[in-house]
Amino acid sequence: MSVSPQDVEKVALLARLAISESDLPEVTERFGRVLGLVDELNTIDTETVVPMSNPHDMHQRLRPDAVTRQNNRENLMASAPAQDQGYFLVPKVID
Amino acid sequence: MSWETVIGLEVHLQLATQSKIFSGSATVFGAAPNEQADAVDLGMPGMLPVLNEEAVRYAVKFGLGIGARIGERSVFDRKNYFYPDLPKGYQVSQFFAPIVCEGVFEVALEDGTLYPIRITRAHLEEDAGKSVHDAFSRETGIDLNRAGTPLLEIVTEPDFRSAEQAVAYLKALHSLVTYLGISDGNMAEGSMRCDINISLREKGSDALGTRTEIKNVNSFRFVERAIHSEYERQADILDNGGSITQETRLYDAEQNVTRSMRSKEVANDYRYFPEPDLLPIVIDAEYIESVRATLPELPGAKRMRFTAEYGLNEYDAALLVPNHSLADYFESVVTAGGAAKPAANWILGDLTAALNRSETDITDSPVSAKQLAGLIVRIEDGTLSSKLAKQVFDALWAGEGDADQIIEARGLKQVSDSGALESMVEAVIAANPAQVAQYLAADEAKQKKLSGFFVGQIMKASKGQANPQMVNELLLLKLNDQS
Repeated sequence: MSVSPQDVEKVALLARLAISESDLPEVTERFGRVLGLVDELNTIDTETVVPMSNPHDMHQRLRPDAVTRQNNRENLMASAPAQDQGYFLVPKVID
Repeated sequence: MSWETVIGLEVHLQLATQSKIFSGSATVFGAAPNEQADAVDLGMPGMLPVLNEEAVRYAVKFGLGIGARIGERSVFDRKNYFYPDLPKGYQVSQFFAPIVCEGVFEVALEDGTLYPIRITRAHLEEDAGKSVHDAFSRETGIDLNRAGTPLLEIVTEPDFRSAEQAVAYLKALHSLVTYLGISDGNMAEGSMRCDINISLREKGSDALGTRTEIKNVNSFRFVERAIHSEYERQADILDNGGSITQETRLYDAEQNVTRSMRSKEVANDYRYFPEPDLLPIVIDAEYIESVRATLPELPGAKRMRFTAEYGLNEYDAALLVPNHSLADYFESVVTAGGAAKPAANWILGDLTAALNRSETDITDSPVSAKQLAGLIVRIEDGTLSSKLAKQVFDALWAGEGDADQIIEARGLKQVSDSGALESMVEAVIAANPAQVAQYLAADEAKQKKLSGFFVGQIMKASKGQANPQMVNELLLLKLNDQS
């Protein structure tokens, strides 16, 4: 599968990764090699195979609906870079 | 050009669990910021989700409530996007294999006809946190109390052709989920939020036009207005030969317009993949049957029963049934001996008006179902005229006891004793000779009008307690005797 530098730029944007102009050709080439490997898998006939969503042959255990966690804001906020009046603060985001 | 509106809806329903979908934090509305967010909700490294069994049960209950197929093996997926109120950088949702699969929900329109809406799917997911933009000057505040609240996202096919149909569906859905007890349905607190997909096409065409999505509309009225305003906008563009851009928009209720949400333009690529931290949910037939056994009578069935069993018309049934508590109140009145039709009239009329005035819920009504039944019994047996009944109702509302106690205490018994009425009628005729002469000289049509004067005088003399029907009969007899 061939990957264009534009594809790489788009994926990098979605993943919030900064890839410099000078690194772009090499990253694009490596990216293509990885996808080439995945492409090989696509040649296998999986028509009759149930899609696997998890490698464990088990199903989900459930927990009872009970409140087991109490307010722990002070500890959980201790490592936040900025906070005020109980809020985590981040640079202004406006829609 | 004449355009047809095509609408599909996505509803985000907050499930009424005590704790979050993947953590043991509380879900109570209105707590101080970040006091109900633990390490799982904050997306701290190494934290693992554990699924809440009640969220699964509620989702299955909903699926059974609309007769949908339940996914026997459903899977959680990660929906990837960056936003500060989504600390993990992905939302745990279900994309490839939802818990509730296709179904049909029949919505009763105002005229009682059933309008089938195809439900595409309903899936479980976690809610995001809340961004607070106006409390800080240079920053945005993040409150993660809502992060991890269980949501059921209910998606329809594009089956609506008008805003009115869309609103009828939302109201019916609201009624259904409150009957099922899976959500408190409190729209002001965001328990039911709606995304509207809307496009226009030429009338008679089968093709779908380019659609826009209006996000996060949180009241029935706003849904209706947002659809109308978006219709105007799209029709205007198409009428002028333009084309619609597929995009996400927000409804601005103050200006009554929709606006483009530019930030979402690049981000609509969620790169879903199976959530490795959660195993598939397996639901077997035995479990489904155990949930089915807990289903209450649902609004559609109740409406039919109310018309068949109590002889109510569609209109009254459609007003009583959607609110579970109101329907229960009605049945309690009937059980306590109140006749069904008057019970419906009193509940939907005076009682609802009084409850609205005092902003009281039916479950806290100062007039109990038994008391209202007592009042209706006294109207039906002729003790109370409709005018006196209103006085008794006001006294019931004021907490002055049962209908019989109030009638006794205030001496409100309607006078139906013909002897007593006769003398009242005679006295009024004797006291008003001029009006009697005028009456006798008038033609038939005018006489009808003029008799109102005498009725008024008699009712006044009896302090409103005379049986008005008997007064009318006696009066005509006596007046015609004068000639």
